[in-house]
Amino acid sequence: MSTPVAEKKEKLSVPFDYNKYLRPNKLPHIWCPGCGHGIVLKAMLRAIDKAGLDKNNIALVSGIGCSSRTPGYVDFNTLHTLHGRALPFATGIKLAKPEMKVIVVTGDGDALAIGGNHFIHACRRNIDITVLVFTNATYGMTGGQYSPTTPLESIATTSRYGNIEPPFDTCEMAKASGATFVARGTAYHTIELEKTIHEAITHKGTSVVDIIDACPTYFGRANKFKSATQMMEEIEKDGTVNVKQAASLPPEKLAGKMLRGVLHKVERPEYCEKYETLIMEKANAKK
Amino acid sequence: MTESAAKKLPRIVVNEKLCKGCSICVDFCPTDVLEMKGSIAAVKNLEACTRCQLCDLRCPDFAIQVFD
Repeated sequence: MSTPVAEKKEKLSVPFDYNKYLRPNKLPHIWCPGCGHGIVLKAMLRAIDKAGLDKNNIALVSGIGCSSRTPGYVDFNTLHTLHGRALPFATGIKLAKPEMKVIVVTGDGDALAIGGNHFIHACRRNIDITVLVFTNATYGMTGGQYSPTTPLESIATTSRYGNIEPPFDTCEMAKASGATFVARGTAYHTIELEKTIHEAITHKGTSVVDIIDACPTYFGRANKFKSATQMMEEIEKDGTVNVKQAASLPPEKLAGKMLRGVLHKVERPEYCEKYETLIMEKANAKK
Repeated sequence: MTESAAKKLPRIVVNEKLCKGCSICVDFCPTDVLEMKGSIAAVKNLEACTRCQLCDLRCPDFAIQVFD
């Protein structure tokens, strides 16, 4: 098509310019057709744009896994670290440069199994880091083994007769560990997810967003889902209820469903600020 | 088609280098504007487009955008 693109920029419905935050020469990304990670990445970029953050003042840190490939495609300060160890690296960045916005993108296996210990301690400290957990309930990069969030009786390459390990509830775990902002979103509810991530980024303290998305290649194929669309409708749309709607629903309608939206939000002293105050107090006392 | 009617239509751009053919945009389009041509999404019925941008929002591959 030869029509000039710039001509109609002022019109009401101009689509979001993702290229502003991407490294376009790195696309197409490695994620499989229908993988929800791309949808979550787009929601994250829109949330960052809405928060008005300077892209040179953001550090995006990840571990290992499908979701952890995200920093490769975005034009922030990015760090691709060891499996499960994104949070210790992010803690280091935040302590060295407290003015920087630190966001961790991690998978469910990366955050809760390999890096489970780091996850609970980052929440306990309440350090100002946003943790986005991409929950696709499988280890996609290594061939579809079951992960800490794989539902009971689901088929994985390491549970051919159905998973017998009860899954973690990421949000309950983060809340119990001391995170001051805990929320859940899905790739299906993409505008709601954008708002949730925006709220998480602007919160002072550890903010955890559990994001349900689909792995059609491994989880979907093993569990007889026909397409990515079917997974999005059955797991993300029908399997979740917004926390505000849930208040007016009878308990039998909530059975087996996960709650979406902001689940926990409190104010508590932030770690970097407490550290700074302590150092200044001790330095002044010596003079 | 007259020029004024043509002006009201949106412009749907599919980046064929980025589209992986997951068909999410085709399945979620509320007015059935898109179709799969082989393994790539294509515009079938542009007149029906309501500019809801659901295809853009749910495309995992940065491959489709709706311009007014």
